[in-house]
Amino acid sequence: MDLTVTPGWYMALASVLFVIGGAGLLLRRNALVMFMSVELMLNAVNLTFVAAGRELNVLDGQISVFFVMVVAAAEVVVGLAIIVAVFRRRATASVDELAELKG
Amino acid sequence: MVELVLFVIFAICALFGAVTMVWARNPVYSALGLMLTMFSLAVFYVSNAGHFVAVVQVIVYAGAVMTLFLFVIMLIGVDKAEDRSETLPLQRPAALVLLALFAAGVLVAGARAWTTGYTAPGEAVNGTIEAIGSRLFDTWLLPFEVTALLLIIAAAGTIALAFFRGDGEEG
Repeated sequence: MDLTVTPGWYMALASVLFVIGGAGLLLRRNALVMFMSVELMLNAVNLTFVAAGRELNVLDGQISVFFVMVVAAAEVVVGLAIIVAVFRRRATASVDELAELKG
Repeated sequence: MVELVLFVIFAICALFGAVTMVWARNPVYSALGLMLTMFSLAVFYVSNAGHFVAVVQVIVYAGAVMTLFLFVIMLIGVDKAEDRSETLPLQRPAALVLLALFAAGVLVAGARAWTTGYTAPGEAVNGTIEAIGSRLFDTWLLPFEVTALLLIIAAAGTIALAFFRGDGEEG
């Protein structure tokens, strides 16, 4: 049996990583870990972009990864600033403690 | 054959890092697990002819983003043990059931779509800096410029969050 790595393998791995990220987002209550889970989900989608781009012989998959990375970087910067700002007021990173929008 | 070996090794690394990230109580371990996953994904990018994207993955994600995460973790403090009790009843079982359903759906749909493979016309992609750059500054020029605007907005918003406080708070 000749085992070659097809794009389906990468898709399967990416979907498993995406689900693990979703589990982290839904099950954890630490804002930082939830945020990292979102990053993991974005990374999983990036893997599908690259794998599909190679299979379809188009470079646009990798361009999409580039844009996702830019948006993720901007999101991380703003999100971590918000987490730090919340921590200064409430001294907690648990989202259960943040029951109201008012500071 | 090389790709198969690389895939197996780094798929295990990626899954181990992801599970560590979700499972670890200490956020520092979570960050390190995510870093391992991101390095493994960079290897997969190289396997899929995405050389430039792999380098950017290591520099931006594993380097800059995770360093930022570690800074914030150290700033907030890692000594507080997280309370794992759940305030919403049925939240965890419902989440696990929905995730399992989602995974099954994605895997079934993916297996159906990708079993036979698809041979596309055209040359094989080769994601060198030259290829990505010429594509980016040709077809994707407008979205590229919009990302510049997005980054400026993000930087300005972060500075505003860091410097301007609400009324009645110490500086």
